[in-house]
Amino acid sequence: MFSPKTSERIAFAFLTLAIAIVVAFVFTIIFYITSNGIGAISTDFLTQGPKNRMTEGGIFPAIVGTVFLIIGSMAVALPLGILAAIYLNEYAEEGRIVWIIQMAINNLAGTPSVVFGLFGLAMFVKYMGFGASILAASLTLALVVLPVIIRASEEAMATVPPGLREASLALGVTRWQTVRKIVLPIALPGMVTGAILSVGRVAGETAPILLTGAAYFLPRLPTAISDQFMALPYHLFVLATSGTNIAATRPIQYGTALVLLLIVLGVNFVAVMIRRHYKKKMRW
Amino acid sequence: MLKSTRSKEFAIESLLLAVSAVTVVILILISLFLFGEGAALFKDIPFLDFLTGKNWYPTSEPPIFGLLPLLLGTLLVTAGAIIIAVPLGIASAVFISEIAPPKVAEILKPIIEILAGVPSVVYGFFGLVVLIPRLQQLLDLPTGQTALAGSIMLGIMALPTIISISEDAISAVPDFLKEGSLALGATRWQTIYRVTVPAALSGISAAVMLGMGRAIGETMTVMMVTGNAAVIPGFPGGIFAPVKTMTATIALEMGEVPQGSEHYHALFAIGAVLFIITLLINLIAEAVKRKYRFKVGS
Repeated sequence: MFSPKTSERIAFAFLTLAIAIVVAFVFTIIFYITSNGIGAISTDFLTQGPKNRMTEGGIFPAIVGTVFLIIGSMAVALPLGILAAIYLNEYAEEGRIVWIIQMAINNLAGTPSVVFGLFGLAMFVKYMGFGASILAASLTLALVVLPVIIRASEEAMATVPPGLREASLALGVTRWQTVRKIVLPIALPGMVTGAILSVGRVAGETAPILLTGAAYFLPRLPTAISDQFMALPYHLFVLATSGTNIAATRPIQYGTALVLLLIVLGVNFVAVMIRRHYKKKMRW
Repeated sequence: MLKSTRSKEFAIESLLLAVSAVTVVILILISLFLFGEGAALFKDIPFLDFLTGKNWYPTSEPPIFGLLPLLLGTLLVTAGAIIIAVPLGIASAVFISEIAPPKVAEILKPIIEILAGVPSVVYGFFGLVVLIPRLQQLLDLPTGQTALAGSIMLGIMALPTIISISEDAISAVPDFLKEGSLALGATRWQTIYRVTVPAALSGISAAVMLGMGRAIGETMTVMMVTGNAAVIPGFPGGIFAPVKTMTATIALEMGEVPQGSEHYHALFAIGAVLFIITLLINLIAEAVKRKYRFKVGS
């Protein structure tokens, strides 16, 4: 029909078009949220609570809640994830147990976040009696990001050249000392990148906290981990779908979306920069 | 001295293994709680009635819990998402790994990573304020909150998964295969679609499966753009009508149900079905990747 050269040209044009559409999606979403949200953002917006039945005022309590969730879930997921990754990458030998653990991690990574929410509700809120609270939501979010942290840490440790470990072991140094003194320092930037990426994930997750303690509106900031909380993503959802006056509060919604987007993308940007920086530095 | 070092090492290794095993324990606990809370529904309602029930009227008197409208809603939205995301995603992956100069590829990759970073509630909000009004106007529909809106948004959200995993698979095809094809006089495009893509097909299939898993499990976005009407979608007209997915049902209704009620257990039963579906998808994706892992004699 066409000469091979012509069909190549046509095919490449379609492939270029495809990537152009994908890139256009990215810029459209970011542009739309930014250009509409930028006007709403002010010092008051960031430091005041919602007023007048959430039709005016700021989003300070939602920012605070999101920060609490990040701290809470990271405090649980980081140590667990890093220790598990150390085992899988540095100690484990191929076998049934390791295979089962790897399968479990894969499946946790593929489990929908709303299912984690159901589990958090049944296990932490009800069974363990934590109630709808920062504690229950943080634990639930910790489970959501655990596989992300394990995978990123494993990957970071896998880039450490085996020769370094062997040299250390050959000197009679124990495995744990080798891990602590050789592997971890080198793998650290990669592990930090993974941790930062999971912070972005925690900040943006909505379904799990919806079921485990996020509040529609609270007049006061939470003071204990057993308190309910407001959080940015849930706040955006509430304002956009069931607020007092959805049409009139669009600017606040755009502003909230922009703050959330800035936090998540800012965090991702930092992670990418760290990765780049150390990739350049470490050439073996 | 030596003995104490050794026993300390053993203690550390045991501790690390125990921590790793926590992941397995979590998965088991999730199953136990979901199935436990879900199974309580079947004391009153036969399991088959739930699975094949055509109506979801959780608040009528007596309530009717039929999964079918929700399951079909999920499948319809997911199928649409896959139709959008698969061609775009695979084409983009081919472009990045086979056509783009390395410098361009290095710019494109982080841009696509942005798509993976945007929170689902922001996608939902974007769909709500930007896509839905335009869809309604453009197609002259009574409401823009349709399965189609959900498919478009989920298609965009599944892109980064499909692109990055396909791209890994395509990049992993050994160069000598491509060089052999080019040396025989094939064009670059002929090499791509006759050699490179077939060789990477297992990885690409896994990418599609995982993208599908992401679409099925997505909650906030579909909840905000699909209109949430629990009716069995017609085909193909149902794509232009509101639907309610399984995930959206759980997230929307859980806030209103009394704990321990039939409705409460029914939502857990939906969660259990969802969990089984995504588990199967993950297992199949893993098996596909393993079975056809590229074998070339060295």
